[in-house]
Amino acid sequence: MTRAVVELRGCTRDYGAVRAVDALDLAVRDGEFLALLGPSGCGKTTTLNLIAGFVTPTAGRVLIDGDDVTGRPPHLRGLGVVFQSYALFPHLSVRDNIAFGLRERRVPAAEIERRVGDALELVRLDRAGRQRPGQLSGGMQQRVALARALVYRPRVLLLDEPLAALDRKLREGMRDELRAIQRSVGITTVFVTHDQAEALGLSDRIAVMNHGRIEQLGAPREIYERPATRFVADFIGGSSVLRGRAVTADRVSVAGGALQVTGAALVAGAEVELAIRPERVRLATGPADNALAAAVDGLVYQGAQTELTARLADGQRVLVFVAEPAPFPLAVGQPIHLHLPADAFMPLA
Amino acid sequence: MRAVVVALVAFLTLPTLVVIAVSFNPTAILSFPPAGFSLRWYANVLAYPQFQRAAINSVYVTAGAVALAMPIGTLAALALEREDLRGRSVWAALLLSPLVVPGVAAGLGFLILAAALGLLRSPAVLIAAHVTLVLPFVVRSVWVSVRNLDPALERAAASLGATPWRVFWRVTLPLLRPGLFAGLLFAVIVSVNEFVVSLFIANRVTETLPVAMFTYVVNYTDPSIAALSSLFIGATVLAVWLADRYLDLSRVFLGH
Repeated sequence: MTRAVVELRGCTRDYGAVRAVDALDLAVRDGEFLALLGPSGCGKTTTLNLIAGFVTPTAGRVLIDGDDVTGRPPHLRGLGVVFQSYALFPHLSVRDNIAFGLRERRVPAAEIERRVGDALELVRLDRAGRQRPGQLSGGMQQRVALARALVYRPRVLLLDEPLAALDRKLREGMRDELRAIQRSVGITTVFVTHDQAEALGLSDRIAVMNHGRIEQLGAPREIYERPATRFVADFIGGSSVLRGRAVTADRVSVAGGALQVTGAALVAGAEVELAIRPERVRLATGPADNALAAAVDGLVYQGAQTELTARLADGQRVLVFVAEPAPFPLAVGQPIHLHLPADAFMPLA
Repeated sequence: MRAVVVALVAFLTLPTLVVIAVSFNPTAILSFPPAGFSLRWYANVLAYPQFQRAAINSVYVTAGAVALAMPIGTLAALALEREDLRGRSVWAALLLSPLVVPGVAAGLGFLILAAALGLLRSPAVLIAAHVTLVLPFVVRSVWVSVRNLDPALERAAASLGATPWRVFWRVTLPLLRPGLFAGLLFAVIVSVNEFVVSLFIANRVTETLPVAMFTYVVNYTDPSIAALSSLFIGATVLAVWLADRYLDLSRVFLGH
């Protein structure tokens, strides 16, 4: 286990009566790309501000490289921050924006010149140096903000929803570029986002946050395939949660049918909740193993797939992604059978 | 619509035009239309010792008042917008209230205070009075700029390693420039033209130009005063024109 570069120990932050961050523990490893993912108001931006020093914790401690920096102001923390609005200085040229951090560090002029040039090259803006930020497109401003935060080689890079202000096409391009730059520089990065696709695609690890706490911390695949809580199962990728009663250690009775479940040690007779991803559910033409009878409740055609909502005999709903073209014509009210593979269930804590 | 605008512009500028016309009158009476063209009253004004002294006084008083009001007003605007003030609206009202106090009342107040402090002969009282009179204009102008300032910019500067003082110097102050210039312009115009309060507290030695002009008019009625007024008008127009040219006043006042 590599040591932690950034560590939050029992950090709490209150805004009046509102607890934005609640006794949070988090250790960011050297060189990793960690995403703080959650809905708005979950405390992810406050967590980032605690690391940056813009906000001091009501309780708890913040450590950077093992040093307690809890009371240290932002300008002494040596971190790089990219803001959602980019926060480029409108009265300075692109070059002077990027040189800002180097000037504050009293780097000799010749070296500033060289390093700003390198940074502009890194973000492919070699020719925009003399322009003002206001003259640049959103994507270019984003790259200036990144160059400005990287040029003085900070210990940690903090990104606050850096892609949120871009339109979709540009966002996808920037996402790949961001990842490539982060890899080539090898800098420890904490990334705040509410976009699960961004988090899944960019991060080494994801901390899923809700109500000021971390619900689950793990690699993207782990978060997606083995969500620890109902919230994570629902927030990432969307899941249906089926209630049933365990019959044996690997059999559950749900809505009048019986399902085989692997990978979980169930207690016979206990109430259980099983989450399943919509893309793992298959349509079956007739009664089969691990299949439940249902009726089509809703259909949303989306081109590559159709989102089908099925209603089970006891009224529980299951979301199904049916790849297009569908195996047979679908209509609302139509009786169908859902095949639920035994290894597709994610038992929730 | 158009006729209304033309009439309004005529109504607003007519007195000024009359004064300028009369200032070139060759005869020693304030008559309109002028009987010819002469610059003798301009020569008279520029050579009149009391006007010379008053002009220098005006420069000192305005410079002193503005030099004090600008930093005080800027800090006040920052505090009003940023600090967690109890009773913010009360503070704001107090800072902006000199605008609504009648000049006669303010002048009387300063006169009594100056007398009580034994400062009746000191130009410091005049400067202090002008500071209170121009401060609301400075506060108001800078406040608008503070409000338009994205706090993320200052956070960004701090994250880049700038101390709070450096953040203020390199980011906050440059971005407040439009408000600072607007405040400066207002302050200078208000201070240079200030008459009522100054009349109460100035004496023959410390009086500013508008007070000297008033004293002159009380005693003489030749076009000198029109010539001096024309110079005044010219200077003000020049100041506003320069400000508009280099500062884009529409942006300062309309906020875009």
